[in-house]
Amino acid sequence: MKKYKWLVPTIYIIFLMLPIYWLINMSFKTTTEIINTYSLWPQKFTIENYVKIFTDSTWYMGYVNSITYTVFNTVISVAAALPAAYAFSRYKFLGDKHLFFWLLTNRMAPPAVFALPFFQFYSSVNLFDTHIAVALSHCLFNIPLAVWILEGFMSAVPKELDETAYVDGYSFGRFFFKIFVPTIAAGIGITMFFCFMFSWVELLLAKTLTATAAKPIAATMTRTASTSGYELGLLAAAGTLTIIPGAIVIYFVKNYIAKGFAMGRV
Amino acid sequence: MNKTINQKAWYFVIPVFVLVAFNAAIPLMTVVNYSFQETFGNNVFAWEGTRWFKQILLSDRFHAALGRQFAFTFIILLIQIPLGIGIALTMPKKGWGVPVCLILMSMPLLIPWNVVGAMWNIFALPDIGFLGHTLNSVGFDYNFTQQPGDAWFTTILMDVWHWTSLVVLLSYAGLNSIQPAYYQAAEIDGASRWAIFRYIELPKMKKVLTLAILLRFMDSFMIYTEPFVLTGGGPGNTTAFLSIDLVKMALGQFDLGPAAAMSLIYFFIVLLVCWVFYSLMMKNEARS
Repeated sequence: MKKYKWLVPTIYIIFLMLPIYWLINMSFKTTTEIINTYSLWPQKFTIENYVKIFTDSTWYMGYVNSITYTVFNTVISVAAALPAAYAFSRYKFLGDKHLFFWLLTNRMAPPAVFALPFFQFYSSVNLFDTHIAVALSHCLFNIPLAVWILEGFMSAVPKELDETAYVDGYSFGRFFFKIFVPTIAAGIGITMFFCFMFSWVELLLAKTLTATAAKPIAATMTRTASTSGYELGLLAAAGTLTIIPGAIVIYFVKNYIAKGFAMGRV
Repeated sequence: MNKTINQKAWYFVIPVFVLVAFNAAIPLMTVVNYSFQETFGNNVFAWEGTRWFKQILLSDRFHAALGRQFAFTFIILLIQIPLGIGIALTMPKKGWGVPVCLILMSMPLLIPWNVVGAMWNIFALPDIGFLGHTLNSVGFDYNFTQQPGDAWFTTILMDVWHWTSLVVLLSYAGLNSIQPAYYQAAEIDGASRWAIFRYIELPKMKKVLTLAILLRFMDSFMIYTEPFVLTGGGPGNTTAFLSIDLVKMALGQFDLGPAAAMSLIYFFIVLLVCWVFYSLMMKNEARS
């Protein structure tokens, strides 16, 4: 039985790759070919769909917008969550447990509930259709998650580390950035991965809060359905390109994932 | 860990508190505000008391959406959790297979949700999609845009495709944290494969599995984009889960009052389930 153990992950990975392959397959076909013929690979191989995306600014700006607010959000979430997670992992203070649960409740809030009030709220403070609006709104679910994950990693670091540093004459700031942050680097990597992931894939809020200037790529894609029937080839090419940033991020954090997951709560 | 009491720790929490309160409290108040009023447009409102709440709680439409939502969440948890554990157990522990598995398995997690929906749409279309075409050519009468059963099957398969990897990654991390000494001891005692799983691996995975179940419950209960793009809630209303129904009401029909009341009831149900779960988790942690 042990000999065939590799079969399970292999079959699972094939199952995962099939729809992705089908999307890539479609992206190299013309829309006419997609609609009229069924084939496992492109009969008339074309890169026209990709050329269109890279030459039309309404298309490629969608990627720039998505990446911009995702990076903003990751930086804000992790920067705000670091001190908070430290407080939760090291100190007892008035209302700490309630605050922690309150934070988590925001991770549980269905975005559909918040879509309309967010639209009105960000319009009223003149932030509608900006990258920062989307980045801030994604903090709603990313900050609680970041605090939760970081707190797990920080609690795994023995408190003696802090105490020794103070005995050695480190100030809090120097200790935190010179010793503590490098110690939990793997945890920060994992946290950034999750923040990036949830901000990159979210669409409902990103779409509600933008019109043209900060429109995410995923929202641009809905255009293919409305203008001239279904441009399936173009849709598939745009979809394929949204997979790439994620793949790059995974490649960079792959060592952190294995190591980082193992040491913390996550 | 024994924590010291320090009220100044609040200063550390202020940035998080302000950012989240800014995002959560103000919009939530708007929702509460709408839920008790009737709007006539142009910022004219009339007090309605609890009428919308009664209307929603007694409506067949809400009961149906809630029923579909619980059924969906229950089915995907029942599939994803055991499947995720199974795959994590059979994954390689070292060598070149580890990064390959991790990278390929994480891929679905990082695809924008509407792309997941669109991808499964063209994958499952009966005439030009691989899944639809294959199923039809081996004799199944499969069409997810027409038949409710097929629509459910496709939605569940899509969610399994999309999220099982999260359970795999978490379980794998839990398994990795087990010291080799445990396995050696089990071998000396002549423990069966099942006994190793039941008494060593499962207890060690308890924490990450709780997290996996909690995350999967919350996210599947809020699911919107993927089924919206895949089936649009159809055929009819058969795959209109809570969020889809809610957005239809709020942005489609602009029934702000009932939609706001439904939002609050919806949020309350999620909170209640998570609170019960969280308390059990904390109790468990305190005991061990």
